[in-house]
Amino acid sequence: MTNSSVQSSKLTRLTTHKASRDLRELAIHIVLFLAGFSCVATTIAIMYILILESTYFFQHISIVEFLTSSDWSPLFDPPGYGILPLVAGTVTTTLVALFVAVPLGTIAAIYLSEFASAKLREIVKPILELLAGIPTVVYGYFALLFVTPLLQWLYSFPAPLLSTWLPNLFPLELAGFNMLGPGIVMGLMITPLISSISEDAMRAVPVSLREGSFAMGATRLQTAIKVVFPAAFSGISAAYILGISRAVGETMIVAVAAGLQPNLTFNPLDSAATITAYIVQVSLGDLPHGTIEYQTIFAAGLTLVLFTLLCNIIGYFLSRRFREIY
Amino acid sequence: MVEKVSTSLSSLSMLQPKAEVRNLNFYYGATQALKQINLVVPEKRVTALIGPSGCGKTTLLRCFNRMHDLYPGNRYEGEILLDRINILERRVDPIAVRMRVSMVFQRPNPFPKSIYENVAYGLRVQGLLKRDFIDHQVEQSLRSAALWDEVKDRLKDSALNLSGGQQQRLCIARALATEPELILFDEPTSALDPIATSSIEDLMSQLKQQVTILIVTHSMQQAARLSDYTAFMYLGEMLEFNQTTTLFNQPLHQQTEDYVRGRFG
Repeated sequence: MTNSSVQSSKLTRLTTHKASRDLRELAIHIVLFLAGFSCVATTIAIMYILILESTYFFQHISIVEFLTSSDWSPLFDPPGYGILPLVAGTVTTTLVALFVAVPLGTIAAIYLSEFASAKLREIVKPILELLAGIPTVVYGYFALLFVTPLLQWLYSFPAPLLSTWLPNLFPLELAGFNMLGPGIVMGLMITPLISSISEDAMRAVPVSLREGSFAMGATRLQTAIKVVFPAAFSGISAAYILGISRAVGETMIVAVAAGLQPNLTFNPLDSAATITAYIVQVSLGDLPHGTIEYQTIFAAGLTLVLFTLLCNIIGYFLSRRFREIY
Repeated sequence: MVEKVSTSLSSLSMLQPKAEVRNLNFYYGATQALKQINLVVPEKRVTALIGPSGCGKTTLLRCFNRMHDLYPGNRYEGEILLDRINILERRVDPIAVRMRVSMVFQRPNPFPKSIYENVAYGLRVQGLLKRDFIDHQVEQSLRSAALWDEVKDRLKDSALNLSGGQQQRLCIARALATEPELILFDEPTSALDPIATSSIEDLMSQLKQQVTILIVTHSMQQAARLSDYTAFMYLGEMLEFNQTTTLFNQPLHQQTEDYVRGRFG
């Protein structure tokens, strides 16, 4: 063999597989990209449909009317297209849920992270997280058939006094559909979410900070409240925001137990439809596609998406604002 | 009172002990980490604990403020007398002990709070509310920790913006604010650069006029420079305790000599 043929066979050995490998790598690259992009594409598609359909809606109904009118009755004559009653329902049920979930979730997280033994934590945490796996329709009937009757019974004691004192605020008896019951149940549903994320955030606080606090003569509770909680607040606020988003978007519980009548009120004792409940009601009904009545659900959906988007943006800035570097 | 140590070491017999360890055994679960420790911590002096890694010096240090109580399965046997009172007794409240015995850790661990609130922390957890008093203590402690001039205009800033050396001096100020009688230093300069280290060392030599200091250190030079008394520990036992100059120049045991000469450890 000549010297040059040895050279060329060495070169062949180095080059033969390159083309096919490059092709394979490219194929893998494309598959991975498509998998990753599918989520983004779905989001874009949803936003596209929502905005497109809402544009038809807003060609007939002015945005000003949509945002300021206090009457939501698209299916009646004369129709009303003010989103405010639905927003009020969503805000009220969400506030009730947060009123339950924020203290309960935070306290549970403090207990699990700072007080419970490792053994107990291993048992309790999965059980808590199991709560998040219960289908929401089950929660809805739990609210309607168990919590509301319980609340009605409890409410019957102070009701006579309260309703004579402030008859506008307190009805004589609690209605079968009200926002309080589903709000509380929704709170119970998001409690594990909040406690689980908050607990992770608090456990990520270095032991050296806790020991610094104990060494100054602080008790466990003082250490948890004055040192661990503030140090973990970035993660904890993210948990709250996630809870809010979850409550705002929650559908089945409120659709089943809060009633389907739009009602501009912030009184949790009243019955009122939320944005989500309205969308369910209309999309399950027999309204013909393309009508302005049908189009309302896209405008309502867009409002809802903007609402949660706003929450997420606030959450993002909150968690940046409070991020601590150890 | 201190026969076991002082009779053998006549130079120590005149010491005014702030704290005294007697026949101390300590167990992490089933593992015995400290064996029959005897030690005198003289008042308003710096006492250093030296020895190779794993010899139990940090474990011993953390007995003085009952830090081991925070974790399950730890057990003390024997006595640590603080002003002649055994703080290891079951009925003694570890929190009350920690209010008299402060601690500075290996790495600066300021809380994610303002400089002011970091120093005020010990007073706050004691439930003190008087603003004037807290202001006064914060200023005094920061002055004693040689940090006042650097931070007096930004007491409201986050402590996390300080440099490593400043953070450690802040932790010392925090430890001073409750006016402790004994301060425990657990390798306080091991995470710091040489300049910050020397400023912390200067600080400690000044502080011994006010308080008793017990320091764990890996650096023999630091022990030699800083301390009045040194205890050499080896495999959970107290091998030798003496005046620092004596221990370094005329050690009684071969292991002590090998260690201080840098032959192992």
